[in-house]
Amino acid sequence: MKGNEALAEAAMRAGCKCFFGYPITPQTELAAYMAKNMQKNGGVFLQAESEIAAINMVLGAASTGVRAMTSSSSPGISLKSEGISYIAGSDLPCVIINVERGGPGLGGIQPSQADYWQATKGLGHGDFHLLVFAPASVQEMVDMVVKAFNKADEYRMPAMILADGLLGQMMEPVTFPEIAVEMPDKSGWAADGHKNKREHHIINSLYLTPEELEKTVVDRFARYDVIKEKETDAELYLTEDADIVVCAFGATARVVKSAVNDAREQGIKVGMFRPKTLWPFPEKEVQKACANASKVLSVEMSMGQMVDDIKLALSCAKPVEFFGRTGGVIPTPAEVLEKIKAMGGNN
Amino acid sequence: MAVVFERPKALCDVPLHYCPGCTHGIVHRLVAEVIDEMGIEGDTVGICPVGCSVMAYNYFNCDMIEAPHGRAPAVATGVKRTNPDKFVFTYQGDGDLAAIGTAETVHAATRGENIVVIFINNTIYGMTGGQMAPTTIPGQVTQTTPYGRDPQLAGYPVRVSEMLATLTGTALAQRVAVDSVPHIREAKNAIRKAFENQRDKKGFSLVEVLSTCPTNWGMTPIKALERLREEMIPYYPLGVYKDITEGGNK
Repeated sequence: MKGNEALAEAAMRAGCKCFFGYPITPQTELAAYMAKNMQKNGGVFLQAESEIAAINMVLGAASTGVRAMTSSSSPGISLKSEGISYIAGSDLPCVIINVERGGPGLGGIQPSQADYWQATKGLGHGDFHLLVFAPASVQEMVDMVVKAFNKADEYRMPAMILADGLLGQMMEPVTFPEIAVEMPDKSGWAADGHKNKREHHIINSLYLTPEELEKTVVDRFARYDVIKEKETDAELYLTEDADIVVCAFGATARVVKSAVNDAREQGIKVGMFRPKTLWPFPEKEVQKACANASKVLSVEMSMGQMVDDIKLALSCAKPVEFFGRTGGVIPTPAEVLEKIKAMGGNN
Repeated sequence: MAVVFERPKALCDVPLHYCPGCTHGIVHRLVAEVIDEMGIEGDTVGICPVGCSVMAYNYFNCDMIEAPHGRAPAVATGVKRTNPDKFVFTYQGDGDLAAIGTAETVHAATRGENIVVIFINNTIYGMTGGQMAPTTIPGQVTQTTPYGRDPQLAGYPVRVSEMLATLTGTALAQRVAVDSVPHIREAKNAIRKAFENQRDKKGFSLVEVLSTCPTNWGMTPIKALERLREEMIPYYPLGVYKDITEGGNK
């Protein structure tokens, strides 16, 4: 199944009741799949007039307590950033898919990971985070969409699947886990009509008293602390004895894994650290992965963004180098291996 | 003693923050009266704009959602599409609806989105202190048109009801005013019709309400009502621009 279609199918199986989208390459198959199937499943598919409208339709639907989703690619996510900030500020759950392409500006339509900063640090104005999952296979896309909906509901916050054009267009076999959709009780806050049985509910992100606004943000960050403690996830591959640990996420991690395997065949002690959650960033896991390493390398499809988080997590105690290709160019295993060797990776 | 006049149930028992002489209070009341008369408060979700009426969520007793600037029709679409049995209305000013939210407004209308839009046209941005609105009349002095709106420089105002009346998905586009008792009665009938259209699944219903902003116009409330009559109504004629209901004949 194609990655983009798998994302859509998984969302519907996870109880997503509405999808609001706007065409953009390379995520179009996702919307097309939703258009074909959402209504049949008793849900809502609507092509909005813009990415801005689409995310605000998500805001409206999520306000009433239904599971809502939108998807786009990099330039479209920039347009959604306003709405995502409001969604976070209103404590609403939803899922946003970013099938990244090259930037900045209109950029290109080939795979990229240059939205890492946007997703993990700056997606919209104000103090807030969203959960960011980084799948590296079509199967993981399926699993992470389900998890994203569950965690978004659990923590009442937006969750993002940060994929890229390579994963979106890739075809791989997938299995769909048998999911019993358990919708959490949202009757305590959802604005779906009070039926004259309760006080009116207000979904809002406006607080004109600074102390009141500060309190909502501080409370949200207390929730973020719990998330940082409980929700980090990462893959550690051959890191126990590794002298060099290569860090990569998403499709790039597949390239890196090949390079690591090639290096191992040549007797070079190298391993891989792959974060599956980008926010919260798996700090403890990267510390563990790099515990015995003398050098660390981050490989990304960008000019180097995650590399900052690795340096922070390691408190700059070890040299962290970077190798990347950007603009839609996918690094090759040979290039990565060459870099590993240049770093003095040997047995 | 017989009660002859009371607060509508659909309005919360709280003081409104609006300036003295502002007509938001009248329009809030009309919407609340219609909600009461139709007995739909428990099944209604209202969407607030950004602007002076941003805090209308504190005033209406039904469930309320605060939308980003201009996006209320998109938020309303999300609510209505997933909850077709609920009544959904937006309450928006001229900057919100006809400048930053033009795309959301036009496309909700052209989709025939089955919602009610209450559009307050007072020809100015009130909350930010009186800047030019898309509906500011040529020659009108605002903070950002200090020499009067010059169409050569700032373009022409947009007549929203006329524009939306051209769209197939629009069920009702009507301009009313709240400067006099007869006009207020007319305004209420229009709002009632808009909500009934939603009940009857007719599509997008917009009621444009010509309103005053004494504070930012620099006028007394009485003078402001005079300006509404003498300057605004000639530029924005009252009337039904589209009405697809039986007997609506437009």
